[in-house]
Amino acid sequence: MENKAKYNLPDRQYVLIAAIVIVVVIFIIRLFYLQVLDNDYKTWADNNAFLNKTLYPSRGLVYDRNGKLLVYNQPAYDVMLIMREVEPFDTTDFCSILGITKDLFLKRIEEIKDRKQNPGYSSYVPQVFMNQLSAQEYGALQEKLYKFPGFYIQNRTIREYEYPYAAHVLGNVSEVSKKDIEADEYYVRGDNTGRTGVERFYEKELRGEKGVEILLRDAHGRIKGRYEEGKHDQDPVSGKNLTLSIDIDLQAYGEQLMQNKLGAIVMIEPSTGEVLCMVSSPTFDPGKLVGRERGKNHKILSNDPNNPLYGRAFMAAYPPASTFKPTQGLIFLQEKVITPQTLYTCAHGYPYRNGKPACHWHASPLNLVSALATSCNSYFCWGLHDMLDSRKRYPSVQEAFEVWKNYLVSMGYGYKLGLDLPGENRGYIPNSMTYDKVYKKRWNSSTIISNAIGQGEILATPLQICNLAATIANKGYFITPHVVKGIQDMSLDTLYTNRRYTSIDNKYYDITAEGMRMAVLSGTCYGASIPDIEVCGKTGTSQNKGKDHSVFMGYAPYDKPKVAIAVFVENAGFGATYAVPIGRLMLEKYLKGTIPESSLYIEQYVKNTVITPTNVY
Amino acid sequence: MYIRKTSIWKSIDWITIIFYLLMIIAGWFSICGASYEYDSMSLFDIAGRPGSQLLWMGLSVGIIFVIMMLEKDLFDVFGYLIYFIIILLLIATIFFAPEIKGSKSWLVLGPIRLQPAEFAKFATALAVAKFMGQYNFKLMTFKNFSTTLLLIFLPMFCILMQRETGSALVYLSFFLVLYREGMSGKVLLIGLCAVLFFVTNMKFSEVVVGITPLGELIVTVMILVITALLTITTSRKKYMLYWLGGVIAIAFLLAYGISFLLPVNFYWIAFGLTLLLAGYLLYLSIRTWMMKYALIAFFALGSLLFLFSIEYVFNNVLEPHQQVRIKVSLGLEDDPTGAGYNVNQSKIAIGSGGLTGKGFLNGTQTKLKYVPEQDTDFIFCTIGEEQGFVGSTLVILLFGAFIIRLVQLAERQETDFARIYGYSVASIFLFHLVINVGMVLGLTPVIGIPLPFFSYGGSSFLGFTILLFIFLRLDSSRRER
Repeated sequence: MENKAKYNLPDRQYVLIAAIVIVVVIFIIRLFYLQVLDNDYKTWADNNAFLNKTLYPSRGLVYDRNGKLLVYNQPAYDVMLIMREVEPFDTTDFCSILGITKDLFLKRIEEIKDRKQNPGYSSYVPQVFMNQLSAQEYGALQEKLYKFPGFYIQNRTIREYEYPYAAHVLGNVSEVSKKDIEADEYYVRGDNTGRTGVERFYEKELRGEKGVEILLRDAHGRIKGRYEEGKHDQDPVSGKNLTLSIDIDLQAYGEQLMQNKLGAIVMIEPSTGEVLCMVSSPTFDPGKLVGRERGKNHKILSNDPNNPLYGRAFMAAYPPASTFKPTQGLIFLQEKVITPQTLYTCAHGYPYRNGKPACHWHASPLNLVSALATSCNSYFCWGLHDMLDSRKRYPSVQEAFEVWKNYLVSMGYGYKLGLDLPGENRGYIPNSMTYDKVYKKRWNSSTIISNAIGQGEILATPLQICNLAATIANKGYFITPHVVKGIQDMSLDTLYTNRRYTSIDNKYYDITAEGMRMAVLSGTCYGASIPDIEVCGKTGTSQNKGKDHSVFMGYAPYDKPKVAIAVFVENAGFGATYAVPIGRLMLEKYLKGTIPESSLYIEQYVKNTVITPTNVY
Repeated sequence: MYIRKTSIWKSIDWITIIFYLLMIIAGWFSICGASYEYDSMSLFDIAGRPGSQLLWMGLSVGIIFVIMMLEKDLFDVFGYLIYFIIILLLIATIFFAPEIKGSKSWLVLGPIRLQPAEFAKFATALAVAKFMGQYNFKLMTFKNFSTTLLLIFLPMFCILMQRETGSALVYLSFFLVLYREGMSGKVLLIGLCAVLFFVTNMKFSEVVVGITPLGELIVTVMILVITALLTITTSRKKYMLYWLGGVIAIAFLLAYGISFLLPVNFYWIAFGLTLLLAGYLLYLSIRTWMMKYALIAFFALGSLLFLFSIEYVFNNVLEPHQQVRIKVSLGLEDDPTGAGYNVNQSKIAIGSGGLTGKGFLNGTQTKLKYVPEQDTDFIFCTIGEEQGFVGSTLVILLFGAFIIRLVQLAERQETDFARIYGYSVASIFLFHLVINVGMVLGLTPVIGIPLPFFSYGGSSFLGFTILLFIFLRLDSSRRER
């Protein structure tokens, strides 16, 4: 009774009730935090329960312009690993099946677990342990797979090439790197991506869309069926097929002609901008960069001093040499520096620079058509002199030079043309600031006169040179060259269908074309004359640090051009020596389908020639 | 008999019955969700857990009827006998029980398995109620208090010997009953302080700033502040506030100033101040001949002693798995695959439920068996995952209301026996709620005790039913006021 009087014990029920209320409130706050505020738990729960099995789409096929299958897919087998599910097993047995050492096995496991190397790592998600097993390894492993919990075999496809040609155009596929994964969240470790060529440029179209099958997995890793009967599964979408504009027979023939030589052949259909063949030599069999041998072969190729991995046709920039002269004629005509009748004299050289650049023997004085036909250096030097040093048109040499440069840019020089292959070189056309810097603003046409004949600072890719031929054939416009003429269920980018007009009036092109026709009939390009086809052409001898490169640019037929061509043979001397006969053979092959008997000796002579740095220097 | 029977059904507390029914029905559905298999059998198959839980429910109905028929004085009269029998059973269990999951708490008799610990709760409650319900009983005498504690600690000790730490800790809930019956609230406060000091010290253990161990500093400062506040309120003199506050502030400011010149261990400053204050209090108590100052001094010194012993007890008395469980619940260790696996998976299951849950039988975590013990100790996960925030909050509220109702019922009893028994029932349910749900939500360490009426298990289901309905029987025969 004392106690009760002192403390009033029944009141203590409220302390208890208060404690109950506090507990309830704390629990509800905690529940609110866990269930409503924090969303991580949902993700973790999904990671627990769902095994997302990726369904890989088949990569798009690649055909040539005539519908011949070039690239397709072959089954391959990857060993996958889910780290959580691995239980102790006989590693020696496992390693011997796969033919690896235990050290390599441990190293591989380390690599997979290392989140620096493998940012998408999760012990719940299948990781690639080893890719592209051989059929024998696959068989042996499949038989014993039950002994290795946590390891799975995943069917995958790898690329297979029908022809050993066009490696630089087709490109190749390889496993994604850490950088690729960071750049595009579509990829996970072990995926493939296009590395070079159309495989890279059209990666998004070719790869398709991965599908996913959501499986339920219990706490012991056992698959308990599909989540909601596959309601949330996604079927993979196959990659789109590509049709190249390349004619694989023509390409093959070009590669055969270019064997044992360094250089490039580019052929374009002027009316469409479609690239008919794009030979870069030396080349290699694209099938070598597939499968587990890829790494080894890639190393061999990249160590080759002749650099076969280098797609010279669009990656290399050379001085265009005399193939540049038509552009000069066009600019001078457009700028009214000359008329078709303007005559310049030539005394075996350009007098303002003490007879340099020199010129060979020909009739003098001469007009533009003759200058193109005979490839007179002096004519174009005079022209450039009159354009740059005359203050009647432009107040300064700088302004005159910028005008000159802009014409060239409109013809596709100095910038990437926009070819649908990665790694295109932009070539080089200097601007006036370049010279202002070097010559402290004190320069005139004589300082830079070699540009008039495609030497000096000017650089162009074989592709750009061929594009010039196509532009002349089209009389003033071109369509951005491209190697893919069709994508399944898609239309081509308008970049590859729209005409790009140069800033030269089309009437001037007739004169240039006539000059190029004359070069074949009676000038430097005589070797390109084919009896029943009116070929237009222009040779070039591209001076460089080593022996001159042999260059040919042309198109045919004269009236209704079907094909433009550029040939570059490194260190082969005069244009007429190698580039012209190769160009002739290619034109015959394309326009006639076969090589006439009368030309077979040329074919033999070209094929048998070996011009590589090892025997030139 | 006939007359009494009708009166019982009229006077029984239907509100509690409704809470009970709601809980066992919700509990049964949770067990269905937790034990559902994909390649599943019927829910009513008695071989499966939902089926056998139905069996226990049926059995409970029978037991409820029997309890209701019994004379209410029987519980008072046979209180000690029941307690005695249960203690014998508990002791027998220690020696005869086979080891199941690391504990020896199951008596196996043919097909029946019983966990005597589950029945010891109502027996202990009866014995405690009978002892404390004696006429003119005074708790706060040494003999009475120690006998009461003995009644509580005897089953607790037996159960500890069975290595069922969780079930043993439940008996701590009787301290709430003792509090209601006159034990000083300071005992609970000291208990709370101990928990607070322990958690703080553990939480900041091994954190050292300069040369000051942070955990020790914070706890010592807490002790110092509590002691100072107690001193000030006890002395009721205003100058004491300025005096103590001033000394403490100046000491720390000085130490802070010195710390720029040489390293200062602030923990020692706080420690020294507490010792000084305790000494001053002892001096005061001798001078004024007042016990209360001495008590405060003992509190301060005892707390310091407790602080010193924390680390020793933690590392040497507790078993490693208990150490890890405590560290996990304090967030000191994150071990999702080992000791923390249960809690982590349970948080994932609950957290993934979201606002409204995934729906009955649609929980992926529970169906795929990610949470161990999900139909027994971790049954709340199933509710959290399948019923979401809404469902789990309703369950928590239901429990809260149920326990509050029990407190109200206990308070309206006219006999001390019934009231004390009622408080025991409410305290036991509250302890189960706090520890079980706290554990599942990752707030308290993993202590394996069931959630009443939800967790699967015959012994616990019957044990809780008997515990509750004895009280309802007692309540039903009170005289209406």
